[in-house]
Amino acid sequence: MGKKECVGMLLAGGEGKRLGLLTKDLAKPAVHFGGKYRIIDFTLSNCANSGIHTVGVLTQYSPLELNKHIGIGKPWDLDRQEDGVSILSPYTAKKGGSWYSGTADAIYQNIHFIDRYDPEYILVISGDHIYQMNYQKLLKHHKEQEADATISVIEVPWDEASRFGILNTTDDLRIYEFDEKPAKPKNNLASMGIYIFNWKALKSYLLEDAKNPTSSHDFGKDIIPAMVADDRRLFAYQFEGYWKDVGTVQSYWEANMDLLELDEMVSLSNREWRTYSHDSNYPPQYINGNTNITNSYINSGCWIRGTVERSILFENVEVDSKSTIRQSILHPRVKIGENSVIERAIIKEDTVVPPNSYICTPEGEEPFVIDNENVGVVTVK
Amino acid sequence: MESMMGLINLEHEHDFLNELTYFRCGAAVPFAGRYRLIDFTLSNMVRSDVQDIAIFTRNKYRSLMDHLGTGADWELDRRHGGLFILPPDWNDPTDISKGDLSHFHNNRDYFNRGKSNYVIISGSQYLSNADYKDAFDYHLERGADVTLITTRVKELGPEHEPCQRIVQDDQGWVSDITNELNNTNVYTGVYIISKSLLMELVDECIAHHKDHFFLHGIKDNLERLNIQTFEHTGYSAFINSVESFYRNNMNLLNPENYKELFYQNSFIKTKISNEPPTKYNDISEVKDSLLANGCEINGEVENSILFRGVKVKPGAKVINSVIMQRCTIEEGVHLENVILDKDVTVTEGQTFIGSHEKPFVVAKRKVMS
Repeated sequence: MGKKECVGMLLAGGEGKRLGLLTKDLAKPAVHFGGKYRIIDFTLSNCANSGIHTVGVLTQYSPLELNKHIGIGKPWDLDRQEDGVSILSPYTAKKGGSWYSGTADAIYQNIHFIDRYDPEYILVISGDHIYQMNYQKLLKHHKEQEADATISVIEVPWDEASRFGILNTTDDLRIYEFDEKPAKPKNNLASMGIYIFNWKALKSYLLEDAKNPTSSHDFGKDIIPAMVADDRRLFAYQFEGYWKDVGTVQSYWEANMDLLELDEMVSLSNREWRTYSHDSNYPPQYINGNTNITNSYINSGCWIRGTVERSILFENVEVDSKSTIRQSILHPRVKIGENSVIERAIIKEDTVVPPNSYICTPEGEEPFVIDNENVGVVTVK
Repeated sequence: MESMMGLINLEHEHDFLNELTYFRCGAAVPFAGRYRLIDFTLSNMVRSDVQDIAIFTRNKYRSLMDHLGTGADWELDRRHGGLFILPPDWNDPTDISKGDLSHFHNNRDYFNRGKSNYVIISGSQYLSNADYKDAFDYHLERGADVTLITTRVKELGPEHEPCQRIVQDDQGWVSDITNELNNTNVYTGVYIISKSLLMELVDECIAHHKDHFFLHGIKDNLERLNIQTFEHTGYSAFINSVESFYRNNMNLLNPENYKELFYQNSFIKTKISNEPPTKYNDISEVKDSLLANGCEINGEVENSILFRGVKVKPGAKVINSVIMQRCTIEEGVHLENVILDKDVTVTEGQTFIGSHEKPFVVAKRKVMS
């Protein structure tokens, strides 16, 4: 196996409990996003666009759809002979094995995978964030600072800072303290969960951490603090652009809506930085005469007879006449019966919404997530 | 179990489509928002379990090859068999063959190496969503030498004029192949024949200096061959002129036709791309139209077909038109009864209006300013 400068390790095993129904039988990175994509497409496309062609994807929770989606990595041109994408699921060997018990443990259990490529650096990223980022710039920064680890950070609003891992740095962005979800943040530079490590240095910390029975084997809680305590050279890299952790139904909905507004920040139509995904053979979308469609993304195979405003429609969605869809996300193959109103809702794939339905999330509440099982409960008109 | 190999013979297809075929052969002409004409034939063959498909092509095949690639998008990237694009590269000094017979003669290997005993042969100008497995079963069951796929045309139009008509008895045996304009029993250009008979007839044609396999090998042997018909029902179209191209695009705006062509059987396969979903902005107004992915709509679109990646700027109007891939319609433009080939830009404020019978056609990559 040829030596690679940098190997990407993509953490995609999260259950995404706070996404509720959206992750019922589905790993969070495989959740549909943006009319055609799955959340993980953004990170995989970043890898492909950044020239990181060796990517290990660590899966664990309900991986069927995720594995099927990633396949041999063809949509991202990661179907390569020597490197490309490898799906790394938990396994047992002679001495036993276990589920991944934390982010660091997941990497620890795949040390042999990384060692095959004998890399200088490893890039640790996760499959549940929406952003477009050139990892080569991060790597360049890392090399320039002669760092042991570089953490990508973004300024978050002060009142949200306590939800994140907060980095306290000196003026030259050297990290002297890492607070995981601090009650009183001293800073608003939040970790984006994107790390570059010198592989040799990280490996020694992983081996050490694995021996510690009290550790939670997590980068944020254990590995980074240990490196800070040892006075290793840790630097922050400030990212400017759009980044969103789609960990909750609310943030998932917001990130989809942002796609409709923030064309400059994260753009599906950016030809210089494409977001790749599977394409299907659905024919072009059919738009009927009595429609009114504004500020929306609509995918192939849709049949639209009603009104669609500020919404995202995945492939093969049907909206029947006299129905109105507002600020909603309709997953593949959803059928909306006639004379219905859908407002601020997320309708899961294959859901059939009967005629005369009324599904509206009140302002200020988290958008409803609707599937075939609960569609009857909330529809009244 | 018997199976069929496929042959798409483009040799006798003329480049009828004026501007649309300046730089490409008819088979590679874009159609219905995201397809090329050949996609329909290819998809039908793949759907009918045909796993080896060869294409005889002579001219302007660059864009055809670009479109087809390895055949992966039709699942024809096989270790054994799959897709064979066979442009002329003929080096046999003893070759005396002419017309499409030189393709057969110089590509004998394709037929000899294939495992199937039967061949289904088609052109690219007949569009349908068909499964030929039934026709093949029928061919075997009837013990026919040749089975011609026919279709009953409800309303004969100018595009049917060049098509051959079939006269058959009540058992479906063909008694004549004519050019009789009022006969609605139209031959689709698709037929099934056994490989051994095909090669026998090819040799015979070459020995007699013939140049058209179907006319001389099949039609001229009507007396001694048992030729059966199999009727394809369901929506179909013949595309062999700009007018038929335009009319048949427009026909798809009728949802019944559209559903019949695209939602029967499995989907028509085409080259996969990576366009985002189509974006409708605040001031878009779209009615009775088909839109592929990757479009950005700011203006008015009515009764039109937009291919992938078309941009319609604010204040622009597109009516009764076919706009191909990556065209840009700038502000205040008014288009009516227009066909724009790929990558055309219409600059601000211009108006182009064709007639319903004769649409205004703009060749690829033009900037209309």
